[in-house]
Amino acid sequence: MNIAGELGVVYGLLGAAIAVLFAGAGSALGVGIAGQAASGVVTEDPSKFAKVLIMQLLPGTQGLYGLLVGFITLSKIGILGGGGVEVSVQSGLMILAACLPIGIVGLISGIAQGKTAAASIGIVAKKPEQFGKAMLFPAMVETYAILALLISFLAVSGIQL
Amino acid sequence: MSKTKYTYAVARIRALEVSLLTNAVIEQLLACKSAEQALQLLVEKGWGGDLTAGTLDADEVLNKEEEKMWQTIREVAPDMHVFDVLSLPKLYHNLKAAIKEVCTEVENKNIFYDDCEITGEEMFALVQNKEFDKLPGNMPATAREAFDTLLHTRDGQLCDLIIDHATLEAMLEAGKKSGEKIIEEYAQTAVAIADIKIAVRSQKTGKNAEFMKKAMVNCSEINVDQLTQAALAGAEEIAQYLEGTSYREGADALRISPSAFERWCDNKMTDSMRSQKYESFSVGPLLAYLLARQNEIKTVRIILTGKQNEFPDEAIRERIREMYV
Repeated sequence: MNIAGELGVVYGLLGAAIAVLFAGAGSALGVGIAGQAASGVVTEDPSKFAKVLIMQLLPGTQGLYGLLVGFITLSKIGILGGGGVEVSVQSGLMILAACLPIGIVGLISGIAQGKTAAASIGIVAKKPEQFGKAMLFPAMVETYAILALLISFLAVSGIQL
Repeated sequence: MSKTKYTYAVARIRALEVSLLTNAVIEQLLACKSAEQALQLLVEKGWGGDLTAGTLDADEVLNKEEEKMWQTIREVAPDMHVFDVLSLPKLYHNLKAAIKEVCTEVENKNIFYDDCEITGEEMFALVQNKEFDKLPGNMPATAREAFDTLLHTRDGQLCDLIIDHATLEAMLEAGKKSGEKIIEEYAQTAVAIADIKIAVRSQKTGKNAEFMKKAMVNCSEINVDQLTQAALAGAEEIAQYLEGTSYREGADALRISPSAFERWCDNKMTDSMRSQKYESFSVGPLLAYLLARQNEIKTVRIILTGKQNEFPDEAIRERIREMYV
């Protein structure tokens, strides 16, 4: 295989890698931060395990969004589900650009959501009856990850090869 | 990741804050008819840990709580050196006690603190063998000076003065070294309050300027020369000096009584820590928890001692500190 001839596919693959890698890293960091806070609370009060576990999982969605965009990108450039797709350099670069929103926003929002979830875990530790309100704060951060997913998804799907 | 290194610790502290005594519980303790009844109420709140209910002793319960408090911080804190500011007074107390024991040849194991860097036994051995260089920080020079002073002059107060001065200097130094703004501010406030207390006591006992300057330490809020001049002039002058500092509200308390001033100092410290309830990633909540626990242990000790000695409720109430939660 001649790399120069297949440069379009390489760019497309790079886009898929960015989506999965950055969004996944954001989620890993976010879930890690929230997990530290959750462990702190469960050490003192194991009965709050279920509530803090939900909080810890909230920053995990960015990784899934990255995975989703990664899948449709791989499928688009023919790496998944059979080959035979010609990807020009221009199309490859367009796919790469389309993958950037979920990659970058996924990384930043994952970390930010993890910190917010850790702070909200503090609410659950002191006032478990306020669980619903506590969950809303990290959920707000999710909005921007969803917006980025939407644009990446629409853009990757809409690119004509 | 260093910005989130306190995440676990703060979350654990949040869970523990639920069991801190509230002002309502303090009222309940005050309403108890006897010290035994108050102690029983504390045991029901989980105080004393695994001490058996039949053999309860107030001192034992309070010591156990203090021990539990440090144990928790040791478990959660990523770096214990940040809390040197709070443990230094105990360390220097051990030095003071060891020097006095060695010089006077009177042994009393109960006067030492064992929950600090150098336990009583170790400190006694170091002082007895004159191995002062094995002590940390500014302690070797202080220990040597205090030891020689006590040995030659037999003046216990002068020995105390040297060590107390070194304690305050070490606290300021530890505050700076901690690299945490809140710890540094705490050290500055603690030293300022110590200076003011020295001025008030020196004024009452008629000490001279030289004594006061030897005892006090300059900090951001207090100018030793000015405070000394005020103390030499009288109690009202100390209050007037305080009005020009950030301790102006303390001046009113000082005019009422020294104990009202001490209560005001503790309440001010608790107030300044309240904002830490909303911090999630810094050392602040740990410091606030430590101070809150110390404050409630001190308040409970005041209530129990007051009840044991059958003090009137009003006399106990005016010494009660405000709680953190």
